[in-house]
Amino acid sequence: MNLVYSDEQRLLADSARDFLAARSPVSAQRRLRDEGSSTGFDAQLWRDAVALGWSAIPFPEQLGGLDFGCMGLGPIFEAIGRNLAATPLLSSVVLGGSLLHLAGTPAQQDRWLAPLIAGDLRLALALDEQARHAPQGTALEARPEGDGYCLQGDKYWVLDGLGADAYLVAARVAGLAGDEQGISLFLLPADTPGLQCSALPLIDARNCARLRLEQVRVGREALLGQAGAGWASLDLALDRGRACLAAELLGAAEQLFETTLEYLKTRVQFDTPIGSFQALQHRAAQLYVDLALSRSAVMAALAALDDSSLDASARGQLVSLAKWKAGDTALKVSNEAVQMHGGIGVTDELDVGLYLKRVRVAQASLGDRDFHCERYAALSKAYA
Amino acid sequence: MSTIEQFRHDTRAWLEANCPPSMRTAMGEGDVVWGAQQPQFPSSDAQLWFERMRDKRWFCPEWPQEYGGAGLSAEQLAVLEGEMRRLKCRPPQINLGVWMLGPLLLEFGSEEQKRSLLPPMARGEVRWCQGFSEPNAGSDLASLKMSARDGGDHFIVDGSKIWTSYGDKSDWMYALVRTDPAAPKHEGISLIVLDMRSPGVNPVPIDLISGKSAFCQVFFDAVKVPKTQLVGPLHGGWNLAKRLLQHERKAMSKFGEISLPSHVDLLGLLQQYLPQPHGQCEQVLHGRAVACAMNERAYDLTVQRMGQAAQVGDDISGLMAIMKLVHTEQERDKFEVLLDLMGGHAMGWHNEAGNDPQLAITRGWLNSYALTISGGASEVQLNVIAKRVLGLPDAKKGVTP
Repeated sequence: MNLVYSDEQRLLADSARDFLAARSPVSAQRRLRDEGSSTGFDAQLWRDAVALGWSAIPFPEQLGGLDFGCMGLGPIFEAIGRNLAATPLLSSVVLGGSLLHLAGTPAQQDRWLAPLIAGDLRLALALDEQARHAPQGTALEARPEGDGYCLQGDKYWVLDGLGADAYLVAARVAGLAGDEQGISLFLLPADTPGLQCSALPLIDARNCARLRLEQVRVGREALLGQAGAGWASLDLALDRGRACLAAELLGAAEQLFETTLEYLKTRVQFDTPIGSFQALQHRAAQLYVDLALSRSAVMAALAALDDSSLDASARGQLVSLAKWKAGDTALKVSNEAVQMHGGIGVTDELDVGLYLKRVRVAQASLGDRDFHCERYAALSKAYA
Repeated sequence: MSTIEQFRHDTRAWLEANCPPSMRTAMGEGDVVWGAQQPQFPSSDAQLWFERMRDKRWFCPEWPQEYGGAGLSAEQLAVLEGEMRRLKCRPPQINLGVWMLGPLLLEFGSEEQKRSLLPPMARGEVRWCQGFSEPNAGSDLASLKMSARDGGDHFIVDGSKIWTSYGDKSDWMYALVRTDPAAPKHEGISLIVLDMRSPGVNPVPIDLISGKSAFCQVFFDAVKVPKTQLVGPLHGGWNLAKRLLQHERKAMSKFGEISLPSHVDLLGLLQQYLPQPHGQCEQVLHGRAVACAMNERAYDLTVQRMGQAAQVGDDISGLMAIMKLVHTEQERDKFEVLLDLMGGHAMGWHNEAGNDPQLAITRGWLNSYALTISGGASEVQLNVIAKRVLGLPDAKKGVTP
C-alpha cells in the first residue's frame, strides 16, 4: 500500500497549490462570505478547475475521466483545505459522480455524468435526516405508487444543495431505519414537482441546504440501481467523500499549524518570543505528532479506495481511521490556534477563525469522530 | 547475471541451506542469543545458526575483513538484510558491541584498539554493556560525575552507573567518565572501555515495580583502567556519545524490524472482556479502547510511511523524532485502558490470581512506565521535536512569565 504520493501526484499537488494560491486564497473565501454568496463558491473558479481536469480525476477513461483515482484527489483536497477554497468538487464530483459511476445505467451516465465531468451541471446528495450523520438511519419513505414511487420527508445538511441541477436522494423502500437493506437512491432533477430547497447557512458560509420533498411522484426510471439495494454504492461513495474530506481537514490543519508556529516564533511577550516557553512548545510538538499520524491515516485511506483487492470492511476501516484522526487533529489544531494567538485569535480580522469554522463543519460532515470510532469498531468485528 | 544478482542468488542459497527451519520462526523473549565469553544457547539449532553465521563473518557483514567483518558493500549488505527478512531468519546473536561501540571504534578508535577489540566482537565472544546514565545524570546526561583520575599509565575510576542493561552478565563496558571536573560540563567528559571483571567493579541488579529486570546499578571503587582504553581524544567524549546515540537509534529501528515488540491485541481483548457494552460507563470504556487501537493503527501506518518516504528520498528526520514518543505513550495509554477493561484480571501478581496472558498484562502495564522514561523521557522527546523539528527558540535565562 502506497503511503507517499508518486511523482505524478506531487505534480498535481504543486499545480493545485499554485492555482488556488493565485485564484482562491483565503481572502476570496472571506469575500464570498461577506457578499453573502448563495452558491458558496465562485462559478468562474470552478469552470477553471474543471478546465484543469479536476472533475475528471476519479472516473475511468471510458466515461471521460482521467482515472487518477482517490490518490489523485488527495493532493487537490489538501490544497483546498490549505486555502479554504470552496468548490463543488466534493458534493458534485466525488459524491454525486461516484454514485452515478457506481450505480447508474449507461443512459443515466450519458445524461448526467458526462455533463457533470464537463462542468455543465452539478449534483447534490440528499442523505442526512437527523442532527448527526447516520446513513443507515435513512427513514424518508419512498412508497410504491402505481408504476413508481411517492417520496415524502425532509433532508438536511445537503452539501451545495442550492442551485444544484439534480439531487440524489436516499430513501427507504423497505425495512426499518437502521437497516442497510431497503435503501434506494433516486435521481431527481431540481425542477421535479414537490421539491423545495432552502438555505441552511452554517458557520463556514458554504452552501448548505435543506431539501423538502412534498408528495414527490417519480417513475421507476428515477431509481439509481436496484430498488432497495443502494447501500453498497452509497457506502463506497460516502467513503470516497470521507477520505477526501479527511484530506481537506489535513490540509487545513497543516496550514493553520504552520501559521500558528510562525506566530509563536514572532510574538514577543516578557521580552522573549512566546514560542520559547516550554508550556507552548510541548503543546505545539504534540500537534505535530497528531498531524504526522493523521497524514499516514489519510494516505492509507486514499490508497485503500484505489485498491480493488480490499473488501468493504477493510476499506471502510481505513477510511474511518482517516476521518477520525484527521478530524480530531484538525479540531485540536484549530482550538489551539485560537488560544495560542491570544486576543487577536478571537477577532474576525484574523483568518484563524475562518479555519476554525470550516474545520468544525467538515469534521461533522459525513460522520464525526464518534461516528467513525464506532464504525471502526463495528467493521473490525467483521474479522473476528 | 550482474555481480549483485549473483550475490543475491548465492546469499539466498546459502541462507536456505544453513538457517535451520526453527530459526525462521518468531522469537520469544527466551530465544535471544547474546554474544558473550560464555554464550548460552536455548537450543542446538540456535548454536548451529550462531556458529555458521559467525564463521561466515556475517555478525558484522559490512566491517572490513581485517577487523573481523566480511567487507560487504552497502549494496551487498542491503541484499543480505533483505534476504534474511524474506526468509524470516532470526538474528543469530544480539550484541550491543556490534551495534553501538563497533561503528564508533571503526570511526574514532586507534589502530591498536581496532585490532584488539573488534575481531572478538565480530566473533560474538564478548558481551558489552553501556555505562551512560548515573543516579544524578538521567535526562541531563552531560552532568555525569563518575570520575576517571590520572594514575600515571592508567585512570582510577570512582562512582556509579545506573540503568545498565545486563550489567551483571556483561564482559566489558563502554562508559562515559569525567576526566576534567573543572571544565564546562560538556568539555570534561571522556569515553573509556573497561573489563567488567576488573577489581572494584560491582554490578547490582535493580528490581523494578514490574519485578525482576535486566537493569543494574554498577559501582566502581578505585577501578584501574589502562590509558590505552581511552577511545577518542581525552575530554572529547561528548561528541562520541552523541554519535553513539545516533547509532542507537539506527540499531533500535533495525531491531524493531526484526522483532516487533510483543503486540497486545487490544481489539481482541476488548471483544473478549466487553463483547456487549451495557450502560453508559461501559460504552465510554469501549470508546476509549477503540480510540487507543485506532491510534495504534495510525502509528503502524506511520512506521510504514516513514520507510516508504526514506526509499523515495524524502526527509524523514521529523518522523524519526516522533517515533519513540508516540510508541511509548501509546503503550502507556493502552495498558491504562486494559487495566480498566480487565479489572482484577489485569492486577494479578502470582499465578493464583490469573493465567499467563493476564499476568503479562499486569507486568506490561508496570513496565510501560519505564518506556516513557528510558532512552530519553517523553518530555525530552517533546523538547527535541519543538526545538529541532519545529525550530522553536530556546528560553531566555531568567525569564519568568
